[in-house]
Amino acid sequence: MEKIAKGESKMECNTTERKYLTVNPLKTCQPLGAVWACLGIHQCMPHSHGSQGCTSYLRMQLTRHFREFIPTTTSSFSEAQVVFGGVGNLKQAIRNILSIYKPKVIGISTTCSAETIGDDVPGTINEMRASGDIPEDVKVFTASTPSYVGSHVTGFSNMVKSAVETFAQKSSPNGKINIIPGLLSPGDLREIKRILKIMGIDAIILPDISDVLDAPMTGEIHLYQKGGTTISEIEDMGNSISTIVLGREAGIEPAESLKEMYDVPYEVLPLPIGISNVDKFIMKLSEITGKPIPYELEEERGRLVDMMLDAHAHWYNKKAAVFGDPDIVEAIVGYANDLGINVLYALTGTYSSEWEKTVKSMVPDAYVSSDSDLWYLKEQLDKKPVDMLFGNSHGKYLAKEYDLPLLRVGFPILDRANLQHFPIVGYRGTAWLVERTGNTLLDYKDAKSPEHLLELIM
Amino acid sequence: MELRLDIPEREKFIKMKGKHHKKEFICNTDSVAGSVSQRACVYSGARVVLNPIEDAVHLVHGPIGCASYTWDIRGSLSSGSELFRNSFSSDLKESDVIFGGEEKLSKCIDEIYEKYKPKLIFVYSTCIAGVIGDDIKAVCKESSKKYNIYVVPVESSGFVGNKAAGYKAACNSLLDLIKEFPVLKKEPLSINYMGDFNLAGEAWIIKGYLNQMGLKVNTIFTGDSNFESLKKATASSLNIVQCAGSMTYLAKKFEETFDIPYMKVSFLGIEDTSNSLRKIAAFFNDKDVMLKTEKLIEEKTKMAKPIIEKYKRYLKGKKAAIFVGGGFKAISLIKQFRELGIDVVVIGTQNGQKDEYEKIEEIADYGTVILDDANPSELEKFMVEKGADILAGGVKERFLSYKMGIAFIDHNHDRKHPLSGYEGAINFAEEVYTTACSPVWKYVKDGVNKCV
Ligand code: SF4
Ligand code: SF4
Repeated sequence: MEKIAKGESKMECNTTERKYLTVNPLKTCQPLGAVWACLGIHQCMPHSHGSQGCTSYLRMQLTRHFREFIPTTTSSFSEAQVVFGGVGNLKQAIRNILSIYKPKVIGISTTCSAETIGDDVPGTINEMRASGDIPEDVKVFTASTPSYVGSHVTGFSNMVKSAVETFAQKSSPNGKINIIPGLLSPGDLREIKRILKIMGIDAIILPDISDVLDAPMTGEIHLYQKGGTTISEIEDMGNSISTIVLGREAGIEPAESLKEMYDVPYEVLPLPIGISNVDKFIMKLSEITGKPIPYELEEERGRLVDMMLDAHAHWYNKKAAVFGDPDIVEAIVGYANDLGINVLYALTGTYSSEWEKTVKSMVPDAYVSSDSDLWYLKEQLDKKPVDMLFGNSHGKYLAKEYDLPLLRVGFPILDRANLQHFPIVGYRGTAWLVERTGNTLLDYKDAKSPEHLLELIM
Repeated sequence: MELRLDIPEREKFIKMKGKHHKKEFICNTDSVAGSVSQRACVYSGARVVLNPIEDAVHLVHGPIGCASYTWDIRGSLSSGSELFRNSFSSDLKESDVIFGGEEKLSKCIDEIYEKYKPKLIFVYSTCIAGVIGDDIKAVCKESSKKYNIYVVPVESSGFVGNKAAGYKAACNSLLDLIKEFPVLKKEPLSINYMGDFNLAGEAWIIKGYLNQMGLKVNTIFTGDSNFESLKKATASSLNIVQCAGSMTYLAKKFEETFDIPYMKVSFLGIEDTSNSLRKIAAFFNDKDVMLKTEKLIEEKTKMAKPIIEKYKRYLKGKKAAIFVGGGFKAISLIKQFRELGIDVVVIGTQNGQKDEYEKIEEIADYGTVILDDANPSELEKFMVEKGADILAGGVKERFLSYKMGIAFIDHNHDRKHPLSGYEGAINFAEEVYTTACSPVWKYVKDGVNKCV
């Protein structure tokens, strides 16, 4: 949640003179995160209540990032709705969605215009339920997601929170754990599920976009894929032993709700990227469930350490800037610390003082801000340069201008294919990130070396 | 075949060549609520038109999303400043929405001036700016005076229409700006090129042709343009309009205001390119220009034809579907596919106008399905029914197409190569071939997309 308006936040080293203007943002708006969350629910149609332009844009952005078809419906506001309210459009939209797209679940978020005119979305849904317009077996959940508050990460959190609050129940203990994985890629989720399987842990992951946004090519088109958290799984979340939040900013609020409503305790961990973050995750899993850490994972860890050793000279003492969504930035900062890469800047656009405190404690000498943008980074690079960048595709212009390698992590990645399929979480995922980190630096070195300095053995 | 769809309101947006329809075909209205519409908003229309003005600051007055999503998404190339590729936003917060955002906007402009000292700032209105009722015009006027620069408001609140309304808003802003400049004396053999945004460098190709014909290009609207080049627009004797949807309005206004006539042209495909160049030469009625034009056409055709023929051997008999923004572009694409021996079986546009749909109907083959603002399930349905092998569309359709085992070519913002002129015609053929005949299809589904 946005707690302080831009410009009011007290940064320790306040070098930015801009107080009002945002240039090259490190965030986008709530509805995108909300739709992302809905995509991870089984047979859910994300519906965006508001102007159609917003929906078109977020679909385009998600399509470019995942390189997948992204279904999202819109209430298609025009001038009339803005003057007279959008409830009529919402009703018409729901009827149409039910008849054409036949979802099991509809997840409704709002755009700025719907929020500003103040449509009563939950009330409208209740009314349609009562009148029988929405059949019993179709579930609906709604979240208020105005973009003038927070960012897409906030939208994700709000939507997951609504799913939990709408559906979770308490009956009898299920012996499972809940995992709220934030905005991880399908490849990451697949890896987390593999780890859980090896450990013999039953978990409910909400949301889960694996098998939705990485569905195999069959030559047939399905609007809904086989993946996604089912409603009965979400219902069961009130019965779990504990909730693990991977990434505080995207997941703590839904976990809070589960605790408040059903007394399910929760633990907040960083995204399991980087050996120490993965250790924390595996140990926590073992601690909560009482399951031992299997030898297979120890071997994976051992191989990762081996790889880090083989390549450590390539990155040691390099200076880096990390930017993007808060949770991934925090995790990458941890990863960089593991490797001995010095983080000089850790920047995000989703304001959170808690996040700033945490990251600051990890890299006390770095400039840490959750109210920042990429233009700020550009200005700083002139004064205090780095050797490499970790972040999303928007960093490519900085990489070009300052002649730096850019390791693409996070969202959005618009200029590289297939990355969504490869995990960077867990020991195996981290190993792949280690490979990319070292070899990106070596590729860069080769590309920059004049012929007479080119080396065969590196 | 009976055209029956699940959303009854949608029937009016679909027709089929050769079928008698009692209801009138509806286009260019709002999308039906509840559909997965592909349509963009007024702001987006305005932004794509003005965005390539490269030394201007494009400031989006609204919450962060509107600006974030449009950050450098259009591949317009610049030979000068790169300022336009940055994303400027007033990033409205809750308190601004409650108390109004005018003050913040004016402070943002102060900061922009402080840092960048631009000569030109466009301030875009978004839905929220419209709903909370900020007087953007007044703020712009005041800031213009304060800094003695051009701060131009763009009235692009997203809900007051669709993308086409945004084109118009952008054209109005351009016109307002140009009216402030001194009107220049007409130069005889000079031209403005309207409706090319220099995607992948397309405007450079066409500018090269025009120069070879002996014509001077004063201003391109708006590909690779800048503050200084906009000032020269009134010196031209002719406006040629390529992207008709976005720029015909501006051309008409130019005719009224500055007495510069215009003509619609198309540089998609060999046939349209040659015809358009001849039309332009004929307008100037200058021997030298005509000679040079014929020479250019001959040379270029000689270069391009054999290459295209080579691809045609592989592509002949395939069926294409088209789903693009403007109707005029759809018409050109039909012809261009025909140059490759490909029949077009489904045609849709997002913002096509009535007269364009009439033209489409006229040139389309019998039985071709024609759609306005199609949603994915309709596209899917008709592409399957009509057996399309390849779809030309925008990014949102790409993966739908792949999933269906249908090849895809981006004819929108995400295009990778210039598709204009003779060079563009070759690229088009090459891209169609690359996607339609990729060996990957063998692994997708038996019998899909075989190329001999
Ligand atoms: S109006 Fe709000 S919801 Fe729509 S794109 Fe802009 S920020 Fe996002
Ligand atoms: S809020 Fe309005 S202007 Fe902004 S993206 Fe949505 S429809 Fe377009």
